[in-house]
Amino acid sequence: MRLLTHNMLSSNIKGVTNGFPLRIEAEKVVEKQVEINHDFLRNIFPKIEWKAFVDASRILGYAELPEEAPEPSVLESDHEFLGKFHHALLELHIEEGALVCPETGRKFPINKGIPNMLLHEDEV
Amino acid sequence: MSSRPELQAPPEIFYDDTEARKYTSSSRIVEIQAKLSERAVELLALPDDGVPRLLLDIGCGSGLSGETLTENGHQWIGLDISQSMLDIALEREVEGDLILGDMGQGLGLRPGVIDGAISISAIQWLCNADKSSHEPRLRLKAFFGSLYKCLARGARAAFQVYPENLAQRELILSYAMRAGFAGGVVVDFPHSTKKRKEYIVLTCGPPSISTAVPKGKGEEGESCSDDESSGDEENQTVSISDRHRPRKKQKTNKKGKGREWILRKKEQMRRKGNTVPPDTKYTGRKRKARF
Repeated sequence: MRLLTHNMLSSNIKGVTNGFPLRIEAEKVVEKQVEINHDFLRNIFPKIEWKAFVDASRILGYAELPEEAPEPSVLESDHEFLGKFHHALLELHIEEGALVCPETGRKFPINKGIPNMLLHEDEV
Repeated sequence: MSSRPELQAPPEIFYDDTEARKYTSSSRIVEIQAKLSERAVELLALPDDGVPRLLLDIGCGSGLSGETLTENGHQWIGLDISQSMLDIALEREVEGDLILGDMGQGLGLRPGVIDGAISISAIQWLCNADKSSHEPRLRLKAFFGSLYKCLARGARAAFQVYPENLAQRELILSYAMRAGFAGGVVVDFPHSTKKRKEYIVLTCGPPSISTAVPKGKGEEGESCSDDESSGDEENQTVSISDRHRPRKKQKTNKKGKGREWILRKKEQMRRKGNTVPPDTKYTGRKRKARF
């Protein structure tokens, strides 16, 4: 699972009002090279929750991103930043670990890179 | 036994290791899935600016439909309930991210982040109650409600479905409308039993010109009106002809079926979605005597 997906996922348990961001417990992280596409990065940037994204990348051991979200204008020219953004967003994969609901502490295990978001009957 | 998989077992049980393997190793299914997803992407009507979007593939299975999304250059997140199917997707090294989840429990996604959603032959599963806790109406409501929330404004969703009957289609549509979607059903090749495919095309947001439902393939209004006019001509000839003549002879005269008849038949086949050679000056032309 990439951080792109982590940034979109939220806990869906009944009664949870703010299930975002899911806490990451990473056991195994792998890197896979992907071709960079600047248009996609510019398109997705406004939709990213920056703080959750930076925190998640730090947990995975990547500390190159700035704490504060940069101005959208930076995306037009700063290729160095785009490269870092791209690396954290699309190239870091959580292979094994778990996602933890911030309110209830319920664990969603990640196996072979696939988070198991199935809810029990009493959580629907 | 019925050939509909929905009637045999719940999806996470029906698509076990063998069934998942079968599904992906059959070149026929692969080809059909690719065609269906290609059409679904077309129905999403994403702006043609070459910018990759973030799409959702609901019931992604082994990632056959996701591959089409990747080919079109998009990033995607796939959701499926069958672990076996997802394992195959991993084997095939699909580009998108996979999530093991149940669409009937609602999609746990942040609001307004997804640029479009497709689903190939999956939504009809929602209409089944496979566990005692399943209530199809509630599951449809949870699904469409959460989908409406996570789609960006103006984003579209294109779901290819095989509804079992009229009532099922109505049920699915009514819950989509209740969630706030505008849209309807697009039927490709409505005249053919085999190639007929239904897509539910939904748009997030209030009705406008952009939410108009696109036309299905093989149902152009033009060809229909042509048929009517040619029908009229026929009626005229029939009324002139001798009423005591046996019926069968009225249709075929000595010259054979004629160009008119051939063109009509070809149009009929075209509407069914069959491949038909184009109409040229050679169509229905008589052979020379020396042939």
